[in-house]
Amino acid sequence: MSPVFAASTALGPVTQKYLVEARQMQALSFAVHIPLVCFGIAFPAMVLFVEWLFHRTGDEVYLTLARRWTRVMVALFAVGVITGTILSFEMGLLWPNFTATFGSVFGLGFAIEGFSFFLEAIFIGIYVYGWDRLSRRWHMLSGAPIVLAGFTGSLMVIAVNAWMNHPGGFELVAGKAVHINPWRALFGNWYLWHELVHMYVAGYVVTGFVVAAPYAYGYLKGRRGRYELTALAIPLTVAALAAPVQVLIGDWAARAVAEGQPTKLASLEGVGHTERGAPETLGGWYTNGEVKYGIEIPKLLSFLSYHNFNAQVQGLDAVPANDRPPVNIVRFAFQTMVGIGTLMALLGIVYLVLRIRRRSLPRWFYWAVVVAGPASVVALIAGWVTTEVGRQPWVVYQVMRTSQAVTGAGGIPIGYGVLALVYVAVAAGVVWILRRLARTPVRGQPTPV
Amino acid sequence: MHLSMIPLVFVLIGLALYVVLGGADFGAGWWQLTAGTGEHADRVRELAHDSMAPVWEANHVWLIFVLTVFWTAYPKAFGSIASTLSVALFIASIGIISRGALYALRSATTTTREERRIDPAFGLSSIVTPFALGAAVGGIASGRVPVGNAAGSLWTSWLNPTSAIIGALAVVTGIYMAAVFLSGDAGRTGNADLIESYRTRALVSGVVAGALAVGGLIVIHGDAPRLYHGLVQGDGLPALIVSALAGIGTIALVWLRRFEPARYVAGVAVAAIVAGWALAQKPQLLPGLTVSQAAAPHDTLVAVIVAVIAGAVILFPSLAALFRLTLGGQFDPGDAAAEARPATPRAVEPRNPRLVARLAIGALVIGFGLVNVASSTLAHVIGAGFLFAFVGLGFRVALSLGGEAEEPAATSK
Ligand code: HDD
Ligand code: HEM
Ligand code: HEM
Repeated sequence: MSPVFAASTALGPVTQKYLVEARQMQALSFAVHIPLVCFGIAFPAMVLFVEWLFHRTGDEVYLTLARRWTRVMVALFAVGVITGTILSFEMGLLWPNFTATFGSVFGLGFAIEGFSFFLEAIFIGIYVYGWDRLSRRWHMLSGAPIVLAGFTGSLMVIAVNAWMNHPGGFELVAGKAVHINPWRALFGNWYLWHELVHMYVAGYVVTGFVVAAPYAYGYLKGRRGRYELTALAIPLTVAALAAPVQVLIGDWAARAVAEGQPTKLASLEGVGHTERGAPETLGGWYTNGEVKYGIEIPKLLSFLSYHNFNAQVQGLDAVPANDRPPVNIVRFAFQTMVGIGTLMALLGIVYLVLRIRRRSLPRWFYWAVVVAGPASVVALIAGWVTTEVGRQPWVVYQVMRTSQAVTGAGGIPIGYGVLALVYVAVAAGVVWILRRLARTPVRGQPTPV
Repeated sequence: MHLSMIPLVFVLIGLALYVVLGGADFGAGWWQLTAGTGEHADRVRELAHDSMAPVWEANHVWLIFVLTVFWTAYPKAFGSIASTLSVALFIASIGIISRGALYALRSATTTTREERRIDPAFGLSSIVTPFALGAAVGGIASGRVPVGNAAGSLWTSWLNPTSAIIGALAVVTGIYMAAVFLSGDAGRTGNADLIESYRTRALVSGVVAGALAVGGLIVIHGDAPRLYHGLVQGDGLPALIVSALAGIGTIALVWLRRFEPARYVAGVAVAAIVAGWALAQKPQLLPGLTVSQAAAPHDTLVAVIVAVIAGAVILFPSLAALFRLTLGGQFDPGDAAAEARPATPRAVEPRNPRLVARLAIGALVIGFGLVNVASSTLAHVIGAGFLFAFVGLGFRVALSLGGEAEEPAATSK
C-alpha cells in the first residue's frame, strides 16, 4: 500500500492476470479514436468556411471543395462514432470497478457529453442531407451546432480526464467517496483548462496538417490547379497558425503538471533525485535514477517549470518505487511530442513569413508538409501517452490504482486480439473509402482531380 | 416518485427509444441481407439503406445515453452488469463497430456489385448486435447478474433460455418495425411496387414477432418465474396488455395500408415491452440490490436529472427537426433544387488587412503574456482566448486564396 490513501473499491478486491493487456487494449482504442476526434473538432469549421466562401463569391471551386470535404467529414464522423462507442463499452468491460466506485463522481461529464454527441449526429444528418435542399442561410446555420458540439464534446471528456489526473469534488471517508459534488469535481478543477485548450488546438493542428498533406503531395506531382491550391491553402494556414500557439499552450501544460503532478513531471524529465536548479535533459535513457547519454541544459527545467532558475524540482525518489510510472516510456513520448511540436511550429512560421512576403514556397516545404500530416498524429498520441502513462500506476491520481480498477473477468487477451483485428479491418476500410471519395465526382459537379 | 427512480426512468425511456429507432435500423439490415438477387431485390436493399442514412447516427446515440446515465446514477449496478455480461457486451460492441464501418463502406460504393458484397456482412452484424444486447438484458431480467466484479458466470449469464428468447425478440421486433417503417417510406418515395414488398414482409414478421412473444412467456415461466409473475400478475400486466393490443393494432393498420399511424403504434408495442420488464422487476435492479440501494448519492442524482432535462430541452426540438425533414421526404434521393447563385459576388478578403494583421499580432503578444508569463489559471484561460483570436485574425490575413497559381491551371485534369 502506498503512503497516500487508496480507496477501497465498490466491487471489492480483484485479481487480474492480464492487467497489462487490458491497459494496452484501452490504449489501442484511444489511439484509434482520438485522431478521428480531431476531425470532429476542427473539420466542420473548415468545411463551413469554404461553404461561406462559395456563398460570398459564387465560385464553383469552393462549392466543389465544400461538398467533397463534407463527404470526407461524414465518413470520418461515422468511424468516430463507432470507435467512441467502443470506448464507452470499455468503461464497463475493462474498468468496472473504476466506474462502480467513481461513476457517481465523474459520470455526469459523459452523460452531458452524450447530449453533445446527439446534437452533433443530428446536425451532421441535417447538414449533409440538406445540401441543395435547405436554403443557404439555414444550411450554414445547421453547421454551427456541429462546430459547437466538437467543442463541448471535448470539454466534457477532458473534464473527466482532468478529474482522473487531479481528483476533487468528493471526500474519502473509510475508503468510500462521500460528499460528492459532481459539478465541482468536473468543472471546478483548474487542471481541466490546459488539457482542454491543448487538446482543442491539437485538433486544429492535426486536421490542418493531415488534410494539407495529400494536397501538398499532389502539388509535388504536378496537380496545381486552383482547386488544389485552395484545398491546400486553407488547412495549411490553419495548421501554420495553430502549431506555434500549441507550443505556448504546451508550456502552460508543463507548468500545470509541475504543480499538480510532480511525479509525472519528474518522469517526463527523468529527474531521479529532488534538486534545485534542475537541468533540462534532451534525449538519453533513464536508468538508476539518472539520464544517461542525454544533452543537459543547466537550470532550464527549473526555469520552465517554475519561472525560477533555482527552483526545487521534486525527483522520482520522493515516492516509493511502486508509485512511479514507467519513466522511459513517458519520457520518450514526451520528447517525441515536444520535438515534433517544435518542428511543426517552425514549419508554420516559415509558411507565414513566406506568405506575408509573397514569396513562393520551396519544394522541400511541400515535402515537409507531407511528413507533417502523419507526424502530427504521432505527436497527438505521444501527448496522450505522456498524460495517461505518466499518471500510472494510478487510474485516479493517488486515489485508485489501475490494478484495482480492472475487471475480474477472464479472456482479456482474446478480446484484445479480436479488437485489434477489427481495427485493422476498419483502418483498411477507411483508407478504401477515402480513396474512393477522392475519385468519385460530387453529384452535379465537374470532376476536379 | 423517489429521487433515485427518476434517472432510471430516463434510462428506460432512452432504452425504449433505442429499441424502437435503433432496432428498426438493425431490422433494415436484415431486409438487406434477405432481399435475394435481381433488380427488384437491389431496389428493396437500396430503400432500406437510403431510409436509414440521415438518421442512423442519431438513432444509435440513444445507446450511449443509456450507458452514461446508468453508470452515473447506478454505478455499482453498472460495474456488476458490465463485468459479468462482458462476453455478450463485447460481442455487441464488435457488432456495432463492424456494422458502422460496413455502413460507411456501403455509402462509398459505386456499383451494385460492390453493394451486394457488403450487404450480407452488414445484415449479419445487424442480427448479432441486437441479439447480444437482448441476451444481456435477459441475463439481468432472469436474475443471473449478482453484485460484484464479474461475480456471475461469463457464459450462462447470457446463454440461457430467457436470454435466448429476449435476444430473439430484440432481433425480430427490429425486423418487424423496419418493415413497417419501410412500407411507409416506400409510399413516400414513390416506389409503389416496394410498398407491397414491404407490406408483405411487415405482416409476416409481425405475426412471427407476436408468436415469439407468446412463446417467450412460456419459456420465461419456466426459467425466470419471478419475472413471469411480475409480468402476468404484478405491475407489469398493464404494459403487457398495451403491448399486445398495440401489436395487434399495428398488424391491422398495415393490413389496411395505414402505414403512418402503424409506425407509431408499432413503436408503442415495443416500448411497452421495455416498460413491462421494468415494472415486473421493480424494485430490484440486481438480486439483493434495489434501485435505491444502487443509486448514487443525492447531489449526483440531482445533477444528472438537471443535466438530462436541460439536454432534452435542446435535444428534442433538434430531433424533431431531423425527423420532420426526413419523414417529410426532404432528404430523399432524387433531383434536388439547384443552388441559386448569389446575385452579386462579394469580396472575401478583409477590407483592411494591415489593421487585421496588427490586431492579430497584438492578440499574440497579450496571449503570450497571459499564458506563458503570468501564473494564475484565470490569466491562462483568458490568454488562451487571445491566442484563439490570433489564430482567427491571422487566418483572415494570411490566407491567400488561389492567388499563387504559379503553374498554369491546365495541369489539373
Ligand atoms: C498535435 C499535437 C500536440 C503537439 C504539437 C504538442 N502537444 Fe502536448 N499534448 C497533446 C498534443 C500535442 C495532447 C494529445 O493533446 C495532450 C494529451 C493530454 C492533453 O491535455 O493534451 C498533450 C499533453 C501534454 C502534456 C501533459 C499534460 C498533462 O498531463 O496534463 C504536456 C506537459 C505537454 N503536452 C507539453 C507540450 C509541449 C511543451 C509541446 C511543445 C512543443 C507540446 N505539448 C506539443
Ligand atoms: C476521459 C478520458 C480519457 C482519455 C482522454 C484517455 C486517454 C488515454 C489515451 C490516449 C491512452 C493511450 C495512450 C497510448 O496510446 O498508449 C490511454 C491509456 C490508458 N488509459 Fe486513459 N483516457 C481516459 C480515460 C481513461 C479511463 C476511464 C481509464 C480507465 C480506468 C483509463 C485508463 C487508461 C489506461 C490503463 C491506459 C493504458 C496505460 C498504459 O498503457 O500504461 N483512461 N488513455
Ligand atoms: C473515455 C474516453 C472516451 C469515451 C468514452 C468516448 C466516447 C465517445 C463516443 C461514444 C462517441 C460517439 C458519439 C456519437 O455517437 O456521436 C465519441 C465521439 C467523439 N469523441 Fe470521444 N470518447 C472518449 C475520448 C475522447 C477524447 C479524448 C476526445 C477528445 C477531446 C473525444 C471527443 C470526441 C468527439 C469530438 C466526438 C465526436 C465524433 C467525431 O467527430 O468523430 N472523445 N466519443
